[in-house]
This record gives sequence, structure tokens and C-alpha cells, in this order.
Amino acid sequence: MRFGTEIVLLSLFAFAALVAAGFGVDEPFRQHMWVLFFAVAGFTAILLRNTDFKAATPVDSSAYMDGPIRYGAIATVFWGVVGMLVGVVIALQLAYPDLDIQPWFNFGRLRPLHTSGVIFAFGGNALLCTSMYVVQRTSRARLFGGDLAWFVFWGYQLFIVMAATGYLLGITEGREYAEPEWYVDLWLTIVWVAYLILFLGTILKRKEPHIYVANWFYLSFIVTIAMLHLVNNLSMPVSFLGSKSYSAFSGVQDALTQWWYGHNAVGFFLTAGFLGMMYYFVPKQVNRPVYSYRLSIIHFWALIFLYIWAGPHHLHYTALPDWAQTLGMVFSVMLWMPSWGGMINGLMTLSGAWDKIRTDPIVRMMVAAVAFYGMSTFEGPMMSIKAVNSLSHYTDWTIGHVHSGALGWVGMISFGAIYYMVPKLWNRERLYSMRLVTWHFWLATLGIVVYAAVMWVSGIMQGLMWREYDEQGFLVYSFAETVAAMHPYYLMRAAGGAMYLTGTLIMAWNITMTILGYQRKEQPLPGSAPALQPAQ
Amino acid sequence: MGLIDKHSLIEKNATLLLVGSLLVVTVGGIVEIAPLFYLDNTIEKVDGMRPYTPLELAGRNIYVREGCYLCHSQMIRPFRDEVERYGHYSLAAESMYDHPFQWGSKRTGPDLARVGDRYSNAWHVQHLDDPRSVVPESIMPSYAFLKDTPIEVKDFSTHLVANRRVGVPYSDDMVSNANADLMAQADPNADTSGLQSRYPKAKVGDFDGNPQQITEMDALVAYLQMLGTLVDFKNYDEAAGYR
Repeated sequence: MRFGTEIVLLSLFAFAALVAAGFGVDEPFRQHMWVLFFAVAGFTAILLRNTDFKAATPVDSSAYMDGPIRYGAIATVFWGVVGMLVGVVIALQLAYPDLDIQPWFNFGRLRPLHTSGVIFAFGGNALLCTSMYVVQRTSRARLFGGDLAWFVFWGYQLFIVMAATGYLLGITEGREYAEPEWYVDLWLTIVWVAYLILFLGTILKRKEPHIYVANWFYLSFIVTIAMLHLVNNLSMPVSFLGSKSYSAFSGVQDALTQWWYGHNAVGFFLTAGFLGMMYYFVPKQVNRPVYSYRLSIIHFWALIFLYIWAGPHHLHYTALPDWAQTLGMVFSVMLWMPSWGGMINGLMTLSGAWDKIRTDPIVRMMVAAVAFYGMSTFEGPMMSIKAVNSLSHYTDWTIGHVHSGALGWVGMISFGAIYYMVPKLWNRERLYSMRLVTWHFWLATLGIVVYAAVMWVSGIMQGLMWREYDEQGFLVYSFAETVAAMHPYYLMRAAGGAMYLTGTLIMAWNITMTILGYQRKEQPLPGSAPALQPAQ
Repeated sequence: MGLIDKHSLIEKNATLLLVGSLLVVTVGGIVEIAPLFYLDNTIEKVDGMRPYTPLELAGRNIYVREGCYLCHSQMIRPFRDEVERYGHYSLAAESMYDHPFQWGSKRTGPDLARVGDRYSNAWHVQHLDDPRSVVPESIMPSYAFLKDTPIEVKDFSTHLVANRRVGVPYSDDMVSNANADLMAQADPNADTSGLQSRYPKAKVGDFDGNPQQITEMDALVAYLQMLGTLVDFKNYDEAAGYR
């Protein structure tokens, strides 16, 4: 029977959720278990409707397994739209606080929904589907473990749904970017180990002698995230039928563990994984080999070694001992070099094909991504210098910095990869429209520029206002005055974010039409086909 | 370069790549984080720190639940302007019982590390109910629902036990009186001598102005009113605490 085991196991899982919903010790936990029950029961019902008793058609074990990747590409676009939409909403809440709807849609509950939505739902799905795509093609091997890839995909979506609904219900560990509570963390651990087995297993059965450089980055991302997740989320549940837990560490130790995790969520989730993406999709799209093999070796090992040390720069001038702050600063500054090593390797891959920036909007998107990567990995080390950080910390400058990396680097390289993969995954001759890609590119780029520039101004202004003294030696501004001064910048920031979101919506339309098999009748972009010239 | 040529060994062996990269990424964490657990001077020696009372802990859980840390820091840096605006710079000792820490990373609103005793209970209630009625420039959401949400206490001692398991020195006496202490702290007519002996400097009273029931507002205000008030800075040796 098709899905037989799955249906039995899922029914048991749904039943367990129902029991937990009945016996939970706190109200948010009971509500959360109802969500889990409906999610799992609904999924079981879908499987039941699609089951049959015919003998399964044998799988061609020499072909690539692209089903989960197709779903992953759709999930990436879907969660991208959701996560960015929530971002625009909370940006507007800062400008117009009446948009807060208590208790579920207050800023404090929506903000983790935005950060997790874009990092783990959008970024995570982009990483899942591209890593499965890349590892098969660079290893010339089908994904390891039969239906394991499907478990990883759907298990990860369940994690996203449980994390997101938990935030709205007020279920949080209160640690930035690691907010899900203990039972959701445990579920993610299971899914992540399955992902590691899937990825490593595929590499182990490769038919290529060498492991391609993109896979080094993907593998180190998977392993390091496993380590960070396990250590940072160590906590003591109040009850096995309750949502609340208390973290294993306290105060200063807890702070450094959290930012060791937090900074390397950036370093490994948002950098190493997406560098893996860069190392496959940029050479593919521009049809040139990676610029330097040696540079890739040096910058890979230097990057993963140095990144882990950078966490304390989030805790400059706090109660963290000075020696740890200084170590964090020194390593953050050193990190500039391997980061730019990666940027140079990505950009120089265009050697001999620079004209494609003009003619191919997908290449343009990827190049912009790498350029933003370079910019934000310069800005980061600069902000980690203690003197600079004394001004920038606690201000919007940090938010601007994160977004130039997240929107510019992570977003753009993912869009590039999606535009590259989707026509191939659905056997389409080309995308629905290249002109819409150009529109997406410009909206996204201008959106980021607006966002980052506004946050520089507001952040630096905020920092300077807090520390401004008059000639008599009194503080000039009350805190409330500095809040009022932010209003126009919050509006402009929301406008920048809305432009970026519009670009993503255009992509969603373009991708949907491509999947449905349409091709827009349009003038080809200038220069995309070689112009004929009369013989001399 | 000889070393780079040997890299092909790693490129051809997935296990070597896996183990190698895992070893490389563990170094930084071990060097930076592990010493914080055994170096004696990581946490300053101070007088006055005690575990949270049950009501304060319940309030702190609401603070965490509502994501207050996303806009309010609890970490005053040792700068002239911050010390003048918020009070003495924060010590590591002041968050030694905080599971999790709530130092925060962004000040959309002001720092709260020493907000305790700065405003009256009534001010806090009105501010949480309708922030712009007391601070016109504020962009804080309303938390009026806290007033109408009775605090859910079945057996609050389980929370103290969970904290004790991760190192907070809650005594058996504190654990067995958890529910009683929680109720007594918000009840102006209760006998609070037991509570006061278990938790010195605990502030008691009807925090939310509604004596009919103990609400989440009571708990949150009780927590806010004790923030930064425990350590006795008259006896604090600044030079010895520097590290």
C-alpha cells in the first residue's frame, strides 16, 4: 500500500498531539498542540486520499530525485513572500503603533515571526532545495535514503509552522533567532540529523572522485548548525506537557552562548550555506569555471575557523569580561579577509563574461548579491570595533547592516538560484519572462539601497542623540525625543522594504507562470541574443 | 605549495571533511565560552542578589513571552551618558539567576535594567494599558489585556524546581511555599513576613490596582519594580569587580 507506514505513523503522531492538547498544563501549550494536531491530521488525510493498493512503480535509481526540490523551490518563494510581508507590517507598526493588535499581533510577537520567517523559512528552504539540487548534480548520484528527502522537507515545514504559530501564542525561549521552545527544538534536531544523513549519504555514494567546493560549504553549514542548535537550546522544561522551559545557562554565560549561536546563525546559515549556492549557481549561470581553486580552499577553512569566534562583538561594553570582548573584536576584524576571499572568488568567476551583467538579469542579480556580500562583510568588521560599536550598538544601524546582508546577499543569491533552477526542474525552455526578472532586480536593489541608507542615517542619529551633551554638561535629549525623531526614517524604511517585497511578488508571479508552462510574449532583452553584423 | 596539494585528500574523503570542519568550528567556542564557567572573576562579588520571588518570576516569564527584549535592553554600558540616563552600569552578577538572560540587542525603547522604583505602580499600569497616554512619543504596543488575564497558577513550585535544576538556589522552603508566596506578594492584606524572610527587599502590594484578582499585570509590574534594585552598590568594590 502506498504511504502505508507513513499513514500509520502520522495517525499515531496526530493522536499523541491530541492527548497533549487535552492534558497540557498551560493554555498556550494546549492551543499549540491543537495546531499540531490539525497540521498532522490534515497531512494524514491528504496521504489517505492519495493512497492506493497497486504495486508501486519501481524508482529509477540512476535518475536524480527532484520532487522534494520542486516543492522546496515553491516553499522558498511562498515563505519569502510571507516573511517579507510580516517584515513590512512590523516596520509600519514602528511608524504607526496603532497597527499593533494585542495580544497575538503585537510587535514583540511578530518580530520573531519575521526574523524566523525570512531566515529559517525562506532561507532554510532555499538552502534545503539548492543543497539537494547541487549535491546530486556535482556527485552524479541520486539522493541517499529513498524517501528521506521527503521527510526532511515536510519535517522542516512542520518545524516552521510550529515555530511560527508558537510565537503568535507567546511560546518563546526569548533568545533571538532561537526562539522556538524545547519541544519544537527537539523536532528540529530530528529533522536536522535526517538532513545530515541525507546530504552526507549522497556525498558518500558519489561517482565523482572529488567533493565539489559547494558541498564543503553546505556540509560545514549543516554540521555547525547542528552543534550550535544543540548547545544553545539546552534547557529545562517545567513539565513534559507544558510549553515553558528555562535555559540551562544564566546571565553572562547564557549571553555569550546565545551570541556564539546568533552570530554563527549568520555565519553558517546565512553565509556558508549561501556561499555553497554561489559556488554552484554563479559558474553555471555565467558558464565559466570558479576563478581560483586555491582561494576557495584558503577562504573555506579560514572562514569557518574565524567565524565561530566573532560572537562576543554583540556584547561589547556589556558585563561580559573584557578579554572575551577583545577576542571577539580581533577575530571579527580578521574575518574580513576570508569573507572578501569568497567575494573575489565569486566576482572573478565572471572573468571573460562580464558582458553578461548587461545582458542577463539573472547574472546581474547574482553579481549584486556578491557585491552586497562584500559590502556587508566590510561593514560588519568595522562595526565590531569597540569604538564604533559604542555608537552603533542598540541602534537601527545594526538593523540596517543585517538587512544589507540579508536582502542583498541572501535574498539576491537565492532569487538567482531559483530563477536558474525552476525552468530546469519543470523542463521549461525558459522563464515566463526575463523582463520581469529585470523589474525584480531593480525593485530589490533600490529597495535595499533605500532601506540601508535610511537605517544608517537613523542609527547614527539615534546614537549621537543619546550621547549629546549641552555646554552645561546636561544630556540634551530625553529618550522619548529620540523615539519621535525616528518617525520619518521608519516610514522611509517601510517604503524600502515594500519595494523589496514588490520585487518578490513579481518573482512569485513569474515563477508560478513558468511552472504552469506559460511563456510571456515579449521583446527579448537587448543584447541577450548575438546581433548579426555584416561581414567586413 | 605542498600543503594545498595535500588538500585533495580531504576533497576525496567525506568523513575527513566532516570531522575536519567540525573540529575547526569547535575551537572558538571552547576558548571563548568554556572559561566563563570556571574563571572565578567572571561574576563580580556583590551583596543583595537573591532568586526571583514567584510573582517576579511569573512577571519575568510574561516579559519574555511578549518579546519585550526585542525593544528594551537590560544592560547599561559603562558610558557617561548611559550611567546618567539609566544608573550604575550593569554587573554580570545582576543577571546571575536569569534563565534566559534578557540583555537585549536593540533600544527602540529605553533600557530597563534599573527601571525598578523609578515610577509608581499606577504609572506602570497606565503605561502598559495605553502607552501614549503617559508618553505621547511612545511607539509601544498596548498590553491592556494583561489586566484582564488572571495569572495561571496551578502549581508554581514546578517553575522553581526547573530553575533549581539549572542552578538557581531555591531552597526547599521557597519551593514548598511557591503558590502561597505568589498570592501573598500581590495581596496588600496578606501576612508577608514569610515572603520577606525568604526574599529580602521583595516589594508587596496590589500592583495592578485591582484587589479582586491576581492578574498578569500584577506579575509584570512586580517584576519591573524590582529590576536593578537588588545589588547594594554602597558596598560594591568597583576595582575588584573589574575584569
